[in-house]
Amino acid sequence: MDMTPYLAGIGIGVLSWFAFLLSDRPLGCSTAYAQTFGMIEHRIRGAATLEKPYWQKVTPSIDWQWMLVAGVVIGSFLAATLSGEFGLLWVPSTFSAAFGESVPLRLIVALIGGVLMGIGARWAGGCTSGHGISGALQLAVASWIAVICFFIAGIATAMVMYGVFAP
Amino acid sequence: MFEQLHANREAQLALGLVMGIAFGFFLQTGGVTDYDIIIGQLLFTDFTVVKVMLSAVLVGMIGVYLMKGKGLVRLHARTGSVGSTVVGGLIFGAGFAVLGYCPGTVAGAVGQGALDALFGGALGILLGTGIYAAIYPALQRRILGVGTFPSETVPAMLRVNPWMVIVPLAVLILALFWVLESLGL
Repeated sequence: MDMTPYLAGIGIGVLSWFAFLLSDRPLGCSTAYAQTFGMIEHRIRGAATLEKPYWQKVTPSIDWQWMLVAGVVIGSFLAATLSGEFGLLWVPSTFSAAFGESVPLRLIVALIGGVLMGIGARWAGGCTSGHGISGALQLAVASWIAVICFFIAGIATAMVMYGVFAP
Repeated sequence: MFEQLHANREAQLALGLVMGIAFGFFLQTGGVTDYDIIIGQLLFTDFTVVKVMLSAVLVGMIGVYLMKGKGLVRLHARTGSVGSTVVGGLIFGAGFAVLGYCPGTVAGAVGQGALDALFGGALGILLGTGIYAAIYPALQRRILGVGTFPSETVPAMLRVNPWMVIVPLAVLILALFWVLESLGL
């Protein structure tokens, strides 16, 4: 029995205690992307950007959560380097086994998936971290419904991709 | 108790970074920053994602509710609705399968060298949030408020003590782990 996934999950659970206690925030990731887009839009379009209703709701600035996502990149890099798993990769093996080694195809598919997920995360008010872990551990009604919807649509889409479209 | 710390912007930026590093370390060690692991979960050939998520929920839930009982923390449960949570959740789920990472694990995937996560996934999520910001006023007028959920949390909805939900849920999660391990999944 491989305990690693359980130990990693326990680590994330304990981490969530500290997030609530020391930062009064739940762990979450998708807002940081919206803040980044808002900061870029602000740089290009100027002050008028901040009058958009969504940027009144979500302030485009670097805050705790933005630093959290930056930290995830660093933490994962450290773990991957220490375990010798770091390596540049363009096309994951499950994808290439089904759809071939084409880098442009993988990038286009990833981009489409990313756009859908960016829209969906903000539409649902959270992602797999914000709803799936933080909201679920608070026993939030919306978060349990959200995570069920994530997996229903995710499983159906993956089945269609790998069952129907894979050559 | 930690109000002064909560209000200290510089300290919070540093805490965010430190907690992010720990989060990324656990995500990568747990294996969920891999496309193959995430797609494997959606195709039911690998249960790592469920194991990591539900272990975090189990441990987090008990600790956070214990601290809440002592008045050390407050909850941040978000209200939802059919128009927001269900519609957005289904769009997210479709994107989750097409990309094969989520907004947190895509950052972790970048950290372990996945370039499709950087130039496809992270860029796509960034664009998606921008599109959402543009359509937000129309969605807010027409869709987001449809079918608002009656309560913020499950215990509030059932009008029971939170531990009446926590204990059975903890037992269910442990039972699911036992089943998965018994089946060798």
